[in-house]
Amino acid sequence: MTGTTFGAVPWGPPLGEPVPRLDGRAKVTGSARYAADHTPAGCAHAWPVPAPVAKGTVTAVHRAAAMAEPGALSVLAHDDAPRLGDADDRTLAVLQSPRIAHRGQVVALAVAETLPAARAMAAAVRIECAPVPPDLELTPEHPRLVTPEGAESAQGDFPAAFHGAQVRIDAVYSIPPLHNHPMEPHAATAQWLGGRLVVFDSSQGSNAVRDALAALFELEPDQVSVVSEHVGGGFGAKGTPRPHVVLAAMAAMAVNRPVKLALPRGLLPALTGYRASTLQRVRLGADTEGRVRAIAHEVDTYTSPLSPDWRERATQPTRSLYAAPHRLTRERVAPLDVPSPSWMRAPGECSGMFAVESAMDELAVACAMDPIELRARNEPDVDPHTGRPFSSRHLVECLRAGADRFGWADRDPAPAMRRQGRLLIGSGVAASTYPAEVIPSSARAHANPGGGFLVEINATDIGTGARTVLAQIAASTLGIGVDELEIDIGRTDLPRAPLAGGSCGTASWGWAVHKACGELSRRIDEHQGAVPAGGLTVTVDTTEDLATDDQYTRRSFGAQFAEVAVDVDTGEARVRRLLGVFAAGRILNPRTARSQLLGGMIMGLSMALTETSTLDLAFGDHPERDLASYHVASCADVREIDVHWLAEEDSRLNPMGSKGIGELGIVGTAAAVTNAIHHATGVRVRDLPAQPDALLEAMIAQGRI
Amino acid sequence: MRVSFTVNGRRHEADDVWEGESLLFVLRERLGLPGSKNACEQGECGSCTVRLDGEVVCACLVAAGQAQGREVRTVEGLADGAGPPGGLAPIQQAFVDAGAVQCGFCTPGLLVTADALLERQPSPSDADIREALSGNLCRCTGYEKILDAVRLAAARSAAGAAPTAPGPEAPPAPRSEPEPGE
Repeated sequence: MTGTTFGAVPWGPPLGEPVPRLDGRAKVTGSARYAADHTPAGCAHAWPVPAPVAKGTVTAVHRAAAMAEPGALSVLAHDDAPRLGDADDRTLAVLQSPRIAHRGQVVALAVAETLPAARAMAAAVRIECAPVPPDLELTPEHPRLVTPEGAESAQGDFPAAFHGAQVRIDAVYSIPPLHNHPMEPHAATAQWLGGRLVVFDSSQGSNAVRDALAALFELEPDQVSVVSEHVGGGFGAKGTPRPHVVLAAMAAMAVNRPVKLALPRGLLPALTGYRASTLQRVRLGADTEGRVRAIAHEVDTYTSPLSPDWRERATQPTRSLYAAPHRLTRERVAPLDVPSPSWMRAPGECSGMFAVESAMDELAVACAMDPIELRARNEPDVDPHTGRPFSSRHLVECLRAGADRFGWADRDPAPAMRRQGRLLIGSGVAASTYPAEVIPSSARAHANPGGGFLVEINATDIGTGARTVLAQIAASTLGIGVDELEIDIGRTDLPRAPLAGGSCGTASWGWAVHKACGELSRRIDEHQGAVPAGGLTVTVDTTEDLATDDQYTRRSFGAQFAEVAVDVDTGEARVRRLLGVFAAGRILNPRTARSQLLGGMIMGLSMALTETSTLDLAFGDHPERDLASYHVASCADVREIDVHWLAEEDSRLNPMGSKGIGELGIVGTAAAVTNAIHHATGVRVRDLPAQPDALLEAMIAQGRI
Repeated sequence: MRVSFTVNGRRHEADDVWEGESLLFVLRERLGLPGSKNACEQGECGSCTVRLDGEVVCACLVAAGQAQGREVRTVEGLADGAGPPGGLAPIQQAFVDAGAVQCGFCTPGLLVTADALLERQPSPSDADIREALSGNLCRCTGYEKILDAVRLAAARSAAGAAPTAPGPEAPPAPRSEPEPGE
């Protein structure tokens, strides 16, 4: 990608306008259909039976009691389930082997006439197994911790530079397992029609689901249709095909009728991925003026035997963040007998930035410097990891603009000085960053002879507003209003497109939509503006547009500011104010963009204060599997919150000049909040979340109260 | 057992209902009303919120039998009586206008909860709104825009504007909230 191979979308309405969501009406009337809302005639229901141990072998599946339930149709297990092909993802090889890789893995599937009957059946299935002791605990000394290829980087002589530094920070930070918990639990409704498989799935990318189902059931891809028209959030948990869709298709084959499977909430952590816990050591060596000379970020994490190549790449943002001649990053990963971790909003980046941005705050305190000035002083000219220029950066501008809006200039840096009644008040800042990438996509644009246009692309709108923004891109390219075209997304029958993930959906899909609509305009011009009978259709693919060598580091940046109040009697920290200022290229729809960024920030607030889970060493899964024990922020946890963005012009991105914004908002929020807690109380929170018991204990131990 | 009840003004009968079946299951799978969403099945998230004789309830926690002879209102019936057929209830219009919809999965429950709040309390304070909506989780998480939507609906109602007539476009400024401990 050279940044010069594309024409730009004409900038102006409707692009850049706060166009209301095209699917708003369907969603407020309850008529938008999600995967589990489809009930084909004769639809049966399935309910999974999870593995009762963390590791071992299923020795017997006792079905009699389950099959005696009224409405029972079938109990599928490894001993009778259809054999599957290879989809290159071991989490999808469901019911193929008696081996139990982790607690919660599906070992049987009950299928019945009704949902209550399937559930009763699942409870009545008795699984006999031969357990073996699982390996569940990650420690820095774990013998199976390895550094995969590409998981470390070194420049200069870090040990010597750190040893010789005037000011040194050496701290370990930890993040517990975190769960995506989209509001819509993963669900699929599957149906075999002749030799074709038709599936309604809650997925962030139905092309990948189609490819996986085709491989598993040994079909041609065009024998499989996957529909993900409306998806109730995903945050990465629906980014790859998940076991539920395979189970639904398998059950539909076995009972020869449509089958609906909606995973119960409590099985999401075991079956749909989560943010694995990380132990992160950050070392910063600086001079007394705050110039960082040496930076090291080392992360230990784990994966499962079913996902051997996975790791939470938490050092990735550190490589490109601040200038320092001596650098070291390393990620180690141990395969444990745990449920498979996977993508959760800003995987790697969100985890790593908590540690690095906390350490930078510690360095600011140690150097008696303002944390914004410290970051400005360490701003790199080029990407310190690759030596490439940034296509655009503007981190310092975000910090300064945020400081003005937040009222940072009046801040007294001394910790634990501001008391209002029972409350200690403090403020903190942290940086945000996320890669701005693009993936090849195809799209089709059609002009009707009687006027009007149809734009088709298998993009997925998981709540981002993709449907609306793509219509804006198409309309701006065609020089028409949004209401003069139809946009069709969310089905594999449409031109192939990548997933809604990695914050690259809009860039990838938008590029293809722009290209299709641009070529369609030229075709119409060739016909002197008159669309012939039968219309005109253009289908494009952007693979070649993206094929050239990269010359730039492309990232979005931002600065987040938090004001907290910590109750000295209870240790409860609450965020009073949260402000984000971002540089994310052109903002294509301020209305949907604002919601994306605010949503990320609130999820970050939730990560800082309330979300926590445990990999239980006796149980082998997470006890906090429901929304009663896993606390996501509610409306009452949020008070004053605001988001702004810089008018960033970057011609080296894509035809829209946009960077992805789905993940940027959650990166750095937790550090801004815990840095504010330090300013309020003098207590440094290195282990998330900052819950009342630990905070109160630390305040007492440090004699702060 | 047979359960007879009214949903959105229409009489319904469901046969062979198992005693343990939830109202949510009956609405979604037997009556073809999937607007109410199943997201936690234990009353934590509010995605299945409906009115039962006017009372705000989680349909996943109500046994279908408890609805016998009673009146249920779901998101599908929210606009009933609010204007011409096909129109939106004021709270629905406010959610669209304020950009309070993202993935949309929590939306039906939030609309029912917010509608009940405004019926009970036409000009709620921000603290009232946050408290009333805190049983409805939104993971996207669109609480700010949802708050804006409720403020907007309340302001339009106070101005006597019809939902589709020009009303206040921007939600009124937030009002200060007392903070525990302050």
